[in-house]
Amino acid sequence: MSDARMDTSLIDDAILRVFRGGPDGGGKPVDYQVPVAPGMVVLDALHSIQNHQSPDLAVRWNCKAGKCGSCSAEVNGRPRLTCKTRLDSLPLDQPITVSPLRAFPLIKDLVTDVSWNYKINKKIPAFQPRAGVQWKMYQRDVDRVQEFRKCIECFLCQDVCHVLRDHGKHESFGGPRFFVRVACLEMHPLDGVSRTKLLKDELGLGLCNITKCCSEVCPEEIHITDNAIIPLKERVVDEYYDPVMMLVRKIRGA
Amino acid sequence: MTPPYETHEHDVLIIGAGGAGLRAAIEALAQGARVGLVCKSLLGKAHTVMAEGGIAAAMGNVDKKDDWRTHFCDTMRGGKFLNNWRMAQLHAQEAPERVRELEQWGALFDRTDDGQILQRAFGGHTFKRLCHVGDRTGLELIRTLQDRGVQQGIDVFMECTITRLIKDGERIAGAFGYWREQGRFVTFKAKSIVIATGGIGKAWKITSNSWEYTADGMALAYEAGAELLDMEFVQFHPTGMVWPPGVQGILVTEAVRGEGGTLKNNRGERFMEKYDPKRMELSTRDVVARAIYTEVKEGRGSLHGGAYLDISHQPAEYVKKKLPSMYHQFKELADVDITTGPMEVGPTCHYMMGGIRVEAETGQSTVPGLFAAGEAAAGLHGSNRLGGNSLSDLLVFGKRAGNAAADYAKSVPSGALDNAQLLDAEGEMLAPFERTDGEFPYEIHRDLQDFMHSLVGIFRTEEDLQKAVGELEKLKPRLERMRADGSRMFNPGWHLTRDLRSMVLISEAVTRSALARRESRGAHSRIDYPNYDDTWAKQNNIVSKRNGQMTLEQRPVNEMPAELKELLAENK
Repeated sequence: MSDARMDTSLIDDAILRVFRGGPDGGGKPVDYQVPVAPGMVVLDALHSIQNHQSPDLAVRWNCKAGKCGSCSAEVNGRPRLTCKTRLDSLPLDQPITVSPLRAFPLIKDLVTDVSWNYKINKKIPAFQPRAGVQWKMYQRDVDRVQEFRKCIECFLCQDVCHVLRDHGKHESFGGPRFFVRVACLEMHPLDGVSRTKLLKDELGLGLCNITKCCSEVCPEEIHITDNAIIPLKERVVDEYYDPVMMLVRKIRGA
Repeated sequence: MTPPYETHEHDVLIIGAGGAGLRAAIEALAQGARVGLVCKSLLGKAHTVMAEGGIAAAMGNVDKKDDWRTHFCDTMRGGKFLNNWRMAQLHAQEAPERVRELEQWGALFDRTDDGQILQRAFGGHTFKRLCHVGDRTGLELIRTLQDRGVQQGIDVFMECTITRLIKDGERIAGAFGYWREQGRFVTFKAKSIVIATGGIGKAWKITSNSWEYTADGMALAYEAGAELLDMEFVQFHPTGMVWPPGVQGILVTEAVRGEGGTLKNNRGERFMEKYDPKRMELSTRDVVARAIYTEVKEGRGSLHGGAYLDISHQPAEYVKKKLPSMYHQFKELADVDITTGPMEVGPTCHYMMGGIRVEAETGQSTVPGLFAAGEAAAGLHGSNRLGGNSLSDLLVFGKRAGNAAADYAKSVPSGALDNAQLLDAEGEMLAPFERTDGEFPYEIHRDLQDFMHSLVGIFRTEEDLQKAVGELEKLKPRLERMRADGSRMFNPGWHLTRDLRSMVLISEAVTRSALARRESRGAHSRIDYPNYDDTWAKQNNIVSKRNGQMTLEQRPVNEMPAELKELLAENK
């Protein structure tokens, strides 16, 4: 074990500059001095503030082990899971800023209203096996889908996506999380439903211009752009913009 | 008079949205009931998501000899025969079908070479039995159930805490709670209620449990008149992280040992040879937890007071494939590469075997209309749970409770929500804001965790347990002076004032039950009574509220039918 990195004895305290307040415009960053222990993560520091300085500091968390995706926030401007962001990975000679996800409406402090995501999810048709399937699958067939199923719904990819974050296209765009979700259904070896129309018309897949910001922030290291979004774009193109198929459809009058 | 609260009405209300709650909701809905599902966190974040190693089900995909009989015998033996035999039987018989059903709903388990669900070895299981997805099986389970439930049309109420069950005479009529986000009060009318709120891990200092595990459901049921069973049996998982301090208690999956991981002390000895030479690292959790604790206590612990768990003899790629989240967890949080060196691990409070006493077939508690399933209910695991038997428990008994709750709802008219009970519940919640000089709950919580850990931990004595009873008495007046600051908008300090009440109440049930059981069995180890006792072998502890007082009594364990006794005798 490299105890050198764990040795934070030279720095006794960190300053956390935490956003406090609600949607009424009265919110502002507040500085808290927090004692640093070896291996401490940002979520530990937030709990320390709750315990000793401000019991009403609003922050979501559950597992504290990077498995549930509850404690998402922006640390020094970057979307992160606060339970996996070590203080000793950040410059402690300056305040650490912690602010709520920007792509969703603020409720209070570090808590935002993420209910929009659950509404989008509801639009996606569930897994439906093809008629008469044999329940046999091989590891090589499930490998790529298992990558997508690692998603812990932390919504960091949604937060960083400029289509949502900067352009606010929540009405016409599903966001990377739900492209991953559709990919995991579409590529399930036994699934028999097509979701390409949904991708094109309701989830706005075409709005994604593959800047890969989502893949960069994914704590599960899912290759969102390369393995989910691009193959899905290809499916939509094949089905709706393939010249041969367009001609066939025209002739059939479909 | 109509109460001025937002009100929702369902046939069946389910409290808790982990595996048991979701499975119950899906089943109740399939039976034609209108179903509401309330959870304290966002949907999909419940503790089921943390389950790593797998679901135990005798499918026989890897070891063809496995069948429900062996699973039944393993479960009974793991629980030291204090289990409800009927639950253990139903569980072993029905688990394979519940797993296949998950697959048909879209779950993708790891595969065998011939395309079936792969199964791995785990502590106390005779055969390779745990259906798994790497080390994130719980996530697969909860996401599958969540998507199924939502698509089928369950009404979900996220970030909502229930603080009171409302009764109409003897039966359940609904519940009172608050929205965590806005702090507004809300009431639910329901003909039946299923409690699926998990355990009480947050009452201990070193725990694998999240903030949610505050015994809410057990406390709600107890206050409503239900009986609690075998509350002394608290499982300490042998392998939690021990270093650095911030990660202390975070779970290290038993799958590390299932995949061949070894445990060593600071002298390099594989110490399990002394404690269980036959099963070694794959002994039951109670045995391994005590072994690590003993090694540390006797000076043979690791650098930071644990044991060394090593999987680095396996090929690095294999470790990363089968234990990906362990690999990342240690790399990112502890600077340890588990493919090249050992992890440091020690016991962490993990699971509650005790809970609400229910009928085996239906999950019906002793209160009409009140059901329970999963960790909140008791009986299946006896005095010690085998790894992998929790996820299967959630599925088997979640479905059964959902079914029975829907049936019950069909048989009765709606009850009435009594205004006096609602106003009392509201008053309890508002009181912390009315105090200006009280104590915040965090310090009381720390004190509770400290003494529960040191006095009601892995090894127990009469003296320590008596002390713990005294400490709990000292906490009670402090609960009456708790204060909340700020507004009712998403206010964790305020939320804790209520959760803490449940924790203190149920900690008392644990401590009193532990005092009464003067023997050592499964997870309950008394230094002053280190052996099995023939009388205690045949009785359960029951806690209930009588005339406003917590009372404890013993009742005989249900007698097993002859054919199951024979089965156990044959299957040694």
